[in-house]
Amino acid sequence: MPVPTGHYVALAAVIFFIGVLGVIVRRNPLIMLMSIELMLNAGNLLLVAFARAWLQNAGQIFAFIVITVAAAEAAIGLAIIVTTFRPARFVDVDDVRSLHG
Amino acid sequence: MVAFWMLATILIVSAVWTVVAAKPVYSVVALLLNFAALAVVYLTLSAEFLAVIQIIVYSGAILVLFVFVIALLSSGVAPFATGPNRLPKIWMPAAAVVLAALGFLISAIAHAPPATAPASGPVGSQGVFGSIADFGKALFTVQLLPFEVTALVLMVAVIGVITLGGEQMREAGPRAQAATDRRMREAILREGKG
Repeated sequence: MPVPTGHYVALAAVIFFIGVLGVIVRRNPLIMLMSIELMLNAGNLLLVAFARAWLQNAGQIFAFIVITVAAAEAAIGLAIIVTTFRPARFVDVDDVRSLHG
Repeated sequence: MVAFWMLATILIVSAVWTVVAAKPVYSVVALLLNFAALAVVYLTLSAEFLAVIQIIVYSGAILVLFVFVIALLSSGVAPFATGPNRLPKIWMPAAAVVLAALGFLISAIAHAPPATAPASGPVGSQGVFGSIADFGKALFTVQLLPFEVTALVLMVAVIGVITLGGEQMREAGPRAQAATDRRMREAILREGKG
């Protein structure tokens, strides 16, 4: 017995709103970015589920493009986080003095 | 059907775990579980290529990037490891979001199209819905324009990351030089003492 499309829509909605709550509630930038990834994945799940429902693979191709955009977004977001929160201005193992006797 | 409920349980539990985890590292582990389960869901929806891409791009590239950033940052910034929780302050918008989610859920289940029969024929062969052959053909013929736009998006992302990182490098340049000079002076002093 095939799973009804409504089940996938409900699952995607639940994951999407868990992601929304993550962005609203959490203030840790990394966890906020991960919540955005959750939301993008919920959208992808919807695209794939409806591609299956109408037997058109355009939905799958759009989900593929969304994955690309998500990769670009993660790269840019993490670069912004690193430039904003990086404690030391450069990384040089010779400058590490925390364990110096 | 049983597989769907098991996968849905894994997906929701790991999504909640991602959001409520105390440290970003635990979130990454939960997100990895979520992405893997989602890849299996794609397989049940006969999106074979997307299942593979989900594992390679999300679990392989994006999550590793997250782990690198956590390793880079959490060594120096102590409060970064956990971060504050704003739930007590903003419980009202959060409750509104949950109510909207419930409403959306009910209307979605009521209006969804009926289930379609699973794909027939050998898995992955041409002409069967969701096969890699059909996906690739459509990607390079009918959907060529979106595919090319994807290249542009990646190009913009690369330029953006280089711009963000380049500023830092310009800033770090003279300071790194100063640190090297300081180390050399200290070494000379030590030699003089010894």
